[in-house]
Amino acid sequence: MTVHTEMSVTVTDIELVADAIKQFTLERVDGQPMPAFAPGAHIVVSMMDAGRLRRNPYSLMSSPRDPWNFRISVLRVERSRGGSVFMHDVIAVGDTLTISQPVNLFPVDILARRNLFIAGGVGITPFIPMMEVLNEKGGVFELYYSIRSRSHGAFWSEMSALYPNRVKIAVGAEGYRFDYHELLINQPLGTHLYVCGPKLMLEHIFNIARDLGWAQENLHFELFLAPPSGSPFTAKLASSGKEIVVAEHQSLLESVEEAGVDAPFLCRAGACGQCETRVLASDGEIIHNDIFLTDEERKSGTKIMPCVSRFVGVGLTIEL
Amino acid sequence: MAIKSRPIYNGFDLEMPAQRHIFVLEGEGALALLEKVNPSHPMLGQSEILYSPVGSSHEQAIVKLNAANFFTAPSSEILLNRFAAILSTATMSTRLYAAGTEGFIGAAVNVAARYGVKSASIVKEHRGSLRRRVQCVHCKGFNSDITASPFHCEHCKLYLFVRDHFSTRLNAFQGVCVNAEEPHLFPEPVELYQ
Ligand code: FES
Repeated sequence: MTVHTEMSVTVTDIELVADAIKQFTLERVDGQPMPAFAPGAHIVVSMMDAGRLRRNPYSLMSSPRDPWNFRISVLRVERSRGGSVFMHDVIAVGDTLTISQPVNLFPVDILARRNLFIAGGVGITPFIPMMEVLNEKGGVFELYYSIRSRSHGAFWSEMSALYPNRVKIAVGAEGYRFDYHELLINQPLGTHLYVCGPKLMLEHIFNIARDLGWAQENLHFELFLAPPSGSPFTAKLASSGKEIVVAEHQSLLESVEEAGVDAPFLCRAGACGQCETRVLASDGEIIHNDIFLTDEERKSGTKIMPCVSRFVGVGLTIEL
Repeated sequence: MAIKSRPIYNGFDLEMPAQRHIFVLEGEGALALLEKVNPSHPMLGQSEILYSPVGSSHEQAIVKLNAANFFTAPSSEILLNRFAAILSTATMSTRLYAAGTEGFIGAAVNVAARYGVKSASIVKEHRGSLRRRVQCVHCKGFNSDITASPFHCEHCKLYLFVRDHFSTRLNAFQGVCVNAEEPHLFPEPVELYQ
């Protein structure tokens, strides 16, 4: 995968689209068109935040037919390890950012008999281009979008106006929640379910779907889990012969990259499996924050997903 | 020898949750269910069983399971039509199971595909003969119940070698002329797929 071919972009517009959500418009510094992408794709934005390299994934929400800019939306997560706060407070129109090529881990099948989208909060973003393309091509879809309050939710009025009968909004502050069991029990055969939102919501919905008997092949999700912070720890990189210190608000993967070591990744959220790395030695406990490894793999202590997982102890040696 | 392009049959697993279970069973395929299910299994109350005997006699045993619905079809074709009718109104809370010969499973998979079901979502168990359905790559005619290779295409009479390549779309193996260069030579057929 050549996601490591990066390009420089200029921030040409910033808009506050909801209480804590900013939308950024990005154009290439060299004036060239943006690479093509299919709905569901994300990019990884690299930023130097207080001397630390951060790389955060964001779903593309611009039109796949517009080759001149990319748009992303960033939720400001207070007390997070940074990244989102940096994007909100530091980045201004005219600044330059480095982004990866688009990667699509959440593609939608426009020929599916029916697509059911469930979004929570800023998880709405990948569905915006999906609905645009499906609407154009006559695909069948419905969106169930949960927001905390009308001012916290982004794009709900635009989406309801564009697709009046196909978008349903549940506003938590108004005491309304979707009954996902009720929703999933009667979906016609051939329906594909796409969920993007907080981890707990995702797990809740997928548990219901599996219990009802939904086929694994029809369940799709996108999860942007910010790498959890934790105590700093040291790691030895066996192949490159380096020793690195992972800071409190930095992921192991970011620290590896900062040391100039090229490591594989796609989602940077513990979901895709691309960054799986062998643990050669460790005296301590691996804090597995991913949702990729099986329980057995976790217990064996021989594998780690550096994009989200951490370590408490001494003498962690990984094969990188 | 495992054939890469050949579908994988993992066998019946009856412990996966669903609101409704639909079984399509052909011939000895009935045993895939009968050998595994305990007649008091709660899933039977939510199960529909479609069975095409093609020479087997498992009807009585299936009746004893007391499934929510049971249908004995006079032919596999009629069974598959009934299957399609059920799928046209089924929901995602439905688990599908198919057991029987390779040709039958392939045909059931193709019916389900019309309703947006992926082959991997169907629980499958191969039972009965290994006889192959073979498409002649020259005249495109289908030959069923092929047990030996090479064999004579029933349509164009070419002498065909059965390749180990299975097309899920056509639900058939490929037969390629074996003696195109030396039409007078007829290599001995070998019984391979009893
Ligand atoms: S990059 Fe996807 S799991 Fe780590």
